[in-house]
Amino acid sequence: MESTTPNGVRSVSAEQFHRSLRGRRLIGNAAVILFLGSTLVGLATLAALIIDVLIDGLSWIDWDFLSTYPSRRPPDAGLRSALFGTLWVGGLTALFTFPIGTATAIYLEEYAPRNRLTQFIELNISNLAGVPSIVYGLLGLAVFVFLLNLDRVILAGALTLTLLVLPLLIVAGREAIRAVPDSYRQGSLALGATRWQTVRHVILPSALPGILTGTILAMSRAIGEAAPLLAISGLVFVTFTPGHPFERFTVLPIQIFNWVSRPQLDWQHVTAAAIIILLLVLLTMNATAILLRDRFQRRSEE
Amino acid sequence: MAEASFSASRVSKENLEKRLLSGKRAERGTETLIHMLLLAATVVSIATTLGIVFVLVNESFRFFQEVSVIEFLTGTKWTPRFQPSLFGVLPLVAGTVLVAAIAILVAAPVGLFTAIFLSEYAPNRLRRVVKPMLEILAGIPTVVYGYFALTFVTPLLQTFLFPDMIIFNALSAGLVMGVMIIPIVSSLSEDAMLAVPRSLREAAYALGATRFEVATRVVTPAALSGIVAAIILGLSRAIGETMLVTIAAGATPRLTIDPRESIQTMTAYIVQVGFGETPQGTTIYYTIFAVALLLFVMTLAMNILGHLVVRRWRQAY
Repeated sequence: MESTTPNGVRSVSAEQFHRSLRGRRLIGNAAVILFLGSTLVGLATLAALIIDVLIDGLSWIDWDFLSTYPSRRPPDAGLRSALFGTLWVGGLTALFTFPIGTATAIYLEEYAPRNRLTQFIELNISNLAGVPSIVYGLLGLAVFVFLLNLDRVILAGALTLTLLVLPLLIVAGREAIRAVPDSYRQGSLALGATRWQTVRHVILPSALPGILTGTILAMSRAIGEAAPLLAISGLVFVTFTPGHPFERFTVLPIQIFNWVSRPQLDWQHVTAAAIIILLLVLLTMNATAILLRDRFQRRSEE
Repeated sequence: MAEASFSASRVSKENLEKRLLSGKRAERGTETLIHMLLLAATVVSIATTLGIVFVLVNESFRFFQEVSVIEFLTGTKWTPRFQPSLFGVLPLVAGTVLVAAIAILVAAPVGLFTAIFLSEYAPNRLRRVVKPMLEILAGIPTVVYGYFALTFVTPLLQTFLFPDMIIFNALSAGLVMGVMIIPIVSSLSEDAMLAVPRSLREAAYALGATRFEVATRVVTPAALSGIVAAIILGLSRAIGETMLVTIAAGATPRLTIDPRESIQTMTAYIVQVGFGETPQGTTIYYTIFAVALLLFVMTLAMNILGHLVVRRWRQAY
């Protein structure tokens, strides 16, 4: 029998309760399948993507593919200029991003006064992280290529990517610095160290693994980006190995984009082979970052 | 021994004070210099924002000297390269929204359910394996997703669902983009769920709730602000995504809601004109800045909305 008590609570008989409990458990079990299934959607797609690329491209990879220049004929096409371009652009971006990002993180965590201006800077950085990458490409095109007259060269690409990944590194760096126990800071200051001495000798050594992890992740984002660099470099046919930052360039993602929409089946193999190389580079970087993070986390939990 | 070394390092009081003072002065100089350098690095971020706004507004301004803002925002034909040149941005906006809508229809439920599974059901050990694997999805370059949509998902859809569908279509780009943003939605939602205190769950269990009821009626509502913010940020990411749609969704500006058609998004248009090395100073060159300005405003609005949702609705525990 169902009845309602004066304070509005519905009361049911034991029999009804047990019957509805069966239904509730059934719904619960069905839901587990739904939740687990959803989790598998992402994982299964990841597996399908990797297998698809491996089937299409693995047999195409050999030393010639890595060491020759792009060509108009699929069997002759190679990644040499794209690999060197990625190395150049990625290296320079790391070189610019690491000091600027770390310095900003240090400033915001250790120096900045807690006021409106600081809040605004923080909000600004989190918004920058959400700006579409193609917009950074246009910024780089207008400022580095045309205004500073650098032309469409490696340096312009690296500077553009620096601005793009800077927010990522700042956020990671701040988290790493915040994870340093306050007692370290106070201990150092109590011994008479200045603020910079504290940062330099106490905070930075302790936060460095976290900052390095952030840098690697930021670099892997930079290396996978095609859109902003397309705006800078264009779809060029590079058949030389760049030797300095003021040369034209192509990178792995641009080369892949260049090949991907060609209809002949052979180009599909070439594209897949280039994707395998790109994924291999990124996987190595990400694995390094995750290992670094895990070790760091374990140590700070002790 | 101790006495000897002590006396060896002994200095006159006067000398010590002098040394301390000069050391302090040098230190203070270093401190100021360092402070300035750190501040200068921070200014780079502000300069970036100002730079973006200035470049987009300045170049768009030249475009709007030739084409009125109203024509740009309300026109339904985008044919900048043909005669007559028409600059109505709506077909590009429609293409962008169509693909992003498909993506979020995939990513919102799948991401939310994944978050519920990881935060409420999965044993810790499983979580530690699954989470990094999902993070890999977020780290795969978007050109790779473009390849996957074009050479795997589109043929699959053609074989099993829509035999007449053309190669470049909004559906396959949208579906793949949905998978791409699952980790954004799931990991931010999961963070919000993990922030719900244990006591709430335990109170519900004590009242006889099943695990499913705890997950859907206690944890999910309590984490709602984080979940909504996650979906908004995922949507913003979908709108700004470029290479995937450039490769797989086509290059045909079209005002349609049929996902099987070839369309063009705002971002894909920018790439199409950008990589053509369009000479600086032509009207077409300025169109990409006008389109980018609109794109920037749209994503910025969504990002701000996401932050507001979190701040406004956050349950304080």
